[in-house]
Amino acid sequence: MSHFSPTAAVSYFFNYFLMKGVLVTIGLTVAAVVGGLILGMGIALLRMSSNPVLAGAARFYIWFFRGTPLLIQLVVIYSGLPQLGIKFSVITCALVGLILNEAAYLAEIVRSGFMAVSAGQREAAWALSLSPWVTFRRVTLPQAFRLMIPPLGNSINSLLKATSLASVISVEELMRRSDMLMQEHFQILEVYAAATAYYLILTSVWDAVQRRLEKHFGRSSAAKTRRVATSAPVAPASVEARA
Amino acid sequence: MSEMSMSMEAATMQPQLRDVPAVRMEAVYKHYGDFTALNQVDLKVARGEKIVVCGPSGSGKSTLIRCINHIEKHDEGLIFVNGVELDHQRKNIDAVRRDTGMVFQSFNLFPHMTVLENCTLAPMTANGMSEAEAKDLAMHFLTKVRIPDQAEKFPGQLSGGQQQRVAIARALCMRPKIMLFDEPTSALDPEMVKEVLETMKKLAEEGMTMLCVTHEMGFAREVADRIVFMNEGKVVEQAAPEEFFKHPKSERARTFLDQIIH
Repeated sequence: MSHFSPTAAVSYFFNYFLMKGVLVTIGLTVAAVVGGLILGMGIALLRMSSNPVLAGAARFYIWFFRGTPLLIQLVVIYSGLPQLGIKFSVITCALVGLILNEAAYLAEIVRSGFMAVSAGQREAAWALSLSPWVTFRRVTLPQAFRLMIPPLGNSINSLLKATSLASVISVEELMRRSDMLMQEHFQILEVYAAATAYYLILTSVWDAVQRRLEKHFGRSSAAKTRRVATSAPVAPASVEARA
Repeated sequence: MSEMSMSMEAATMQPQLRDVPAVRMEAVYKHYGDFTALNQVDLKVARGEKIVVCGPSGSGKSTLIRCINHIEKHDEGLIFVNGVELDHQRKNIDAVRRDTGMVFQSFNLFPHMTVLENCTLAPMTANGMSEAEAKDLAMHFLTKVRIPDQAEKFPGQLSGGQQQRVAIARALCMRPKIMLFDEPTSALDPEMVKEVLETMKKLAEEGMTMLCVTHEMGFAREVADRIVFMNEGKVVEQAAPEEFFKHPKSERARTFLDQIIH
């Protein structure tokens, strides 16, 4: 076995079993982004609230989930919680872990986006008698969202790869199914070449989507004048790799 | 019930609007931590009156006019706008904000919306106007500030002077009774100051009640009915422009005028 078989790699790439794993990876990512954004938005709102207890709780949440490895979080949810009588299905465990973890990162991204929208924008909205909802929906959110896209894209890219950690708790996503194929056929390089190709395709597709989003939401800001301080520099949202 | 008591009741419910001042402030205080931004300010502005507020930086001019539409909360004292007390109650704040328009130093246009969208957003969402009506209204005021041809552009594509004129049109679209200007020309390149001041003059000629924080003394001399001079959070003196420029009463106003009039 001192050679690499390209045909085997290609055949793994088109392996139906592996493809279904890709779908699970995509599903986990999408669900974790949606759940994480909703939860993260809530945590960001708490974090920005003037109530010190709520803000403190949000700060603690972010500190805790960003400060511990996703791997430990998943293992604790899957194998640890049953010790306390709390049991979920495998896929639920993975989703709970990924969402809780992703929410902590997204909360900081959401917060930095909103903080970068200048106070003058809100004041102008008040002066125009806009309701709080309209102010949020039409004035601050679109501007904050534009600033959130680059760090958001980064975070989703890293989440896509982080779903591979769910293999450890036996979720049959791309990584786990690659392992299973590998153990069956012992063509390590060939199997992982196929898996690597899938991950690259997924991240590339996401890159393209992100570029389009940036272009779409950045259309009005291209010719921004120097004087209008509408986009204060975004605090760099830390999106370090998880493992 | 006699006719007389009926009419008296009507009179108490609807006080003669003519007699109600546009703005009345009584012993208003505003603190930022240890700093007193407004120190027992009393001010009365009649309907149709044009007031220019001036004074050295940090004297509380901006805070004063920002308290009038409750963008800044006053800590003590009374503020009435068209007879409505700003007592921090939501419905009163809303009523006051509907009566007042504000123009900011840094324009504060919404950068992600076109000029037209900037002008139609509030009429459509806060006044329930249809899109067609709101567009007509916006074009009416954009024409008035002489930039109807820029309606489809984004604020970032306009000059500072044009942006500020859009900001004035945007505020007018809510048909305010009082316009508040917070240093409207301070962020502009010198050659754009005039076009904004001309727009404001036109507004003044039409009888709009205006309170304007500005260092443009030429504008003050020409347009203001009264100059309010502030220092260290206090209204130090107020007088007709001619009187104020020729015979300032306080030493502080004299040194201030020496500094800014070259």
